[in-house]
Amino acid sequence: MASLPARPAIAARVPLAGGVVVLYLSVIVLLPLAAVTAKAFDGGLGEFWEQVTQPQAVAALKLTIGVSLIVTAINVVMGTLIAWVLVRDEFRGKGFVNMLIDLPFALPTIVAGLTLLALYGSRSPVGLNVAYTRVGLAMALLFVTLPFVVRAVQPTLQEVDRDMEEAAASLGAGPWTTFRRIVLPNLRPAIVAGSSLAFARALGEFGSVVLISGNLPYKTEVGSVYIFGQIENDNVTGAAAVSVVLLLAAVLLLAAAGRIGRR
Amino acid sequence: MKALRFTALGYLAALILVPVGVIFYRTFERGVDAAWHSVTTPEAQHAFWLTLLMVVIAVPLNTLFGVTTALLLERRRFRGKSVLNSLIDLPFAVSPVVVGLALILLYGRTGWFGDWFADHGIRIIFSVPGMVLATIFVCLPFVVREVQPVLREIGTEQEEAARTLGASPAQTFWRITLPAIRLGVGYGVVLSTARALGEFGAVAVVSGHISGVTETATLRVQDRFESFDPVGAYSASVVLALMGAAVLLTMNILERRRRKVA
Amino acid sequence: MRISHRTLIAALVALAAVAAGCGGTGEESGAGGGGSLSLVAYSTPKEVYEQVIPDFQKTEAGQGVKFSQSYGGSGEQSRAVQGGLPADVVAFSLAPDVNKLVDKGLVDENWDKSKYDGFVSTSVVVFAVRKGNPKNIRTWDDLTKPGVEVVTPNPFTSGGAKWNVMAAYGSQVQQGKSEGDATAYLERLFKNVAVQDKSAREALQTFTSGKGDVLIAYENEAITAQQKGEDVDYVVPDETILIQNPITATTDAKKGAAEFVDYAKSDAAQKVFAEKGYRSVNPKLVDPKRYPQPKGLFEIAKFGGWSAVNDKFFDPDGVVGKIEQDLGVATG
Repeated sequence: MASLPARPAIAARVPLAGGVVVLYLSVIVLLPLAAVTAKAFDGGLGEFWEQVTQPQAVAALKLTIGVSLIVTAINVVMGTLIAWVLVRDEFRGKGFVNMLIDLPFALPTIVAGLTLLALYGSRSPVGLNVAYTRVGLAMALLFVTLPFVVRAVQPTLQEVDRDMEEAAASLGAGPWTTFRRIVLPNLRPAIVAGSSLAFARALGEFGSVVLISGNLPYKTEVGSVYIFGQIENDNVTGAAAVSVVLLLAAVLLLAAAGRIGRR
Repeated sequence: MKALRFTALGYLAALILVPVGVIFYRTFERGVDAAWHSVTTPEAQHAFWLTLLMVVIAVPLNTLFGVTTALLLERRRFRGKSVLNSLIDLPFAVSPVVVGLALILLYGRTGWFGDWFADHGIRIIFSVPGMVLATIFVCLPFVVREVQPVLREIGTEQEEAARTLGASPAQTFWRITLPAIRLGVGYGVVLSTARALGEFGAVAVVSGHISGVTETATLRVQDRFESFDPVGAYSASVVLALMGAAVLLTMNILERRRRKVA
Repeated sequence: MRISHRTLIAALVALAAVAAGCGGTGEESGAGGGGSLSLVAYSTPKEVYEQVIPDFQKTEAGQGVKFSQSYGGSGEQSRAVQGGLPADVVAFSLAPDVNKLVDKGLVDENWDKSKYDGFVSTSVVVFAVRKGNPKNIRTWDDLTKPGVEVVTPNPFTSGGAKWNVMAAYGSQVQQGKSEGDATAYLERLFKNVAVQDKSAREALQTFTSGKGDVLIAYENEAITAQQKGEDVDYVVPDETILIQNPITATTDAKKGAAEFVDYAKSDAAQKVFAEKGYRSVNPKLVDPKRYPQPKGLFEIAKFGGWSAVNDKFFDPDGVVGKIEQDLGVATG
């Protein structure tokens, strides 16, 4: 087999493969998002601003961002805790528990919504009636965002070098101090990556939330439900405008998280 | 450690195990026969078939895209690389309701391309192609994001060695690169499949709810629930959950393999 | 193994193209002769049409006609048709959802000059309560008593909710109260609203699953729930609004659509509607024992018709919007 001049062949491939990739991405993702953005500014900048500052829209956005932040914070704590237990602890059934983590991810959102409703609604078998409240809303979001932080932290925790921890312990540091000073800094990029994905997911969640939150304007109505309502009322421009705001929030966050050295 | 363990397990039990238990309980509340019957009606079967069709179309396409893009991002330099890299995550940031809205703005009757497709007799929205587009959108990033870190980890030594020995780029890819990223690809495929199976919001907006034609399994769950047929809703959920469990199991097996390799 | 990998992917892509192609034509496979019609309807009369359609297919006009059916929220369905969902016959919950199609040229503007003014069924707004009516809810005033939890859908996402709101508002006007009093009543009512589901059917689900003391609903929804075994009763208040549901063929409808619309208004089909809990548009078929006539029954025309009502009440800064905002700001 003759040795081909490798360089030119590879150089020729980039434009083709790159072109196909960019085309696919454009058709599937960019074009739809461009259509929404264009629609949002259909009536000009003034109309966009008016739609976005509608009191009900502002309330929905505030609630969405607020609850998503709280849920993400809880996830950071519980997610890291669960990852820690899964990596460092040994007990019967650990494999099964490990599998469970991915369940919310594999379960359709509407199914999650239905079950949470059955569980925490008025006929709650566990006596917890929090449906149609912000608590119920938070629980639905906790359910769907569970895997993100856990799965981001697990691999990093596995690879972490135990030597420093052992050294710290031998020098008399308590387990919490060791964790805080030695382990946590190593986990930070993973936690940031996982929690930013969790936050982005929580921001846009619809299927599970629309059933359990009660959709009370100003109280439990989230951004995605507000957008849905505006579409229903033929205010497509308003829907697109608020969509753009939600999108921007998520994109900015993902970009910031990426800069803190993801993967 | 014990305290941590019980906290973690308690949290998981409350958040996950109990809801799953409820699904199974409600499914078989009226007996196995009733449950079996509701998942074997023609409409139910069509719904499951349609969901699987979505998966079978969206996942391979995204896999091709994913592997190609990951290679481009990790093995090549070009202008705009970091822009491309950030764009990949966009689907994670978009609410399903917005996806549906976007597709209607593009392919609906008064959309950007509505006329063109209508003139050629092709229906995108309120038909299978629109639902496929929505599904592809939501599971786009997974394969890329799973393959990228693997490509980075394995480094380029072997590939370079192969090339100095005279292998063509294609041969290098099939013989060296692909086997090395196999697990990453597999994991990405599994994640995309899970996402595609469970898609509801975006598909709901573009499906048109045509009974027996554009109703996926998730849409059927909603329809059964709203028709006062809880057994129908929960049993369809069980089937979806079982498909999800199969995905989960595969994830788990791949994860174990990956850990052994690492 | 590598080669078969590639072949497998190629085969799947080919399959995708084929499947997409099949999906693209979209029509029901109608064998020659009968033709096929698309019915796009709102969600609640599904059980009715599932019987009326086969009955129609037994008639001469309906011989060999195949149907594709789509059911969903009335507003959602109207938007879908505007967005390109093929429809030969549309049957929605309220007239504005049809008028939007007139604006887009999809329905003839004289659709409401046909038999029964273009309507195929009617109902009234009622109070759905727990079996035995433990809280003894009988009048609109009972709904604003402290401690009473009311369920009604979100007026901005549900056509059904608009009927409910106008019934509530109208009940006050019907009793002789002023507009200001009626608006104040609405505010008291919304204070007691615990959940606002995005559609009427979802609100019914919420109620039957145990939430709330009273659901403001259509009479036919309450009857459907009872027929499906749910433990609910309902009370027809003295003052309430007449809900009128339109049906019409579209402008580009295929052959058979107009015949189907006529059939749906015929006595034979109307009897099916009556069985399933609707008040027939044919007054002779309304059994007064089963469907009592409320003393203070009024129609939307009393308030200027839907376009005036939509502008005044359901615009973002309309009456309802302001009430929601006041309540939200106070407690949010």
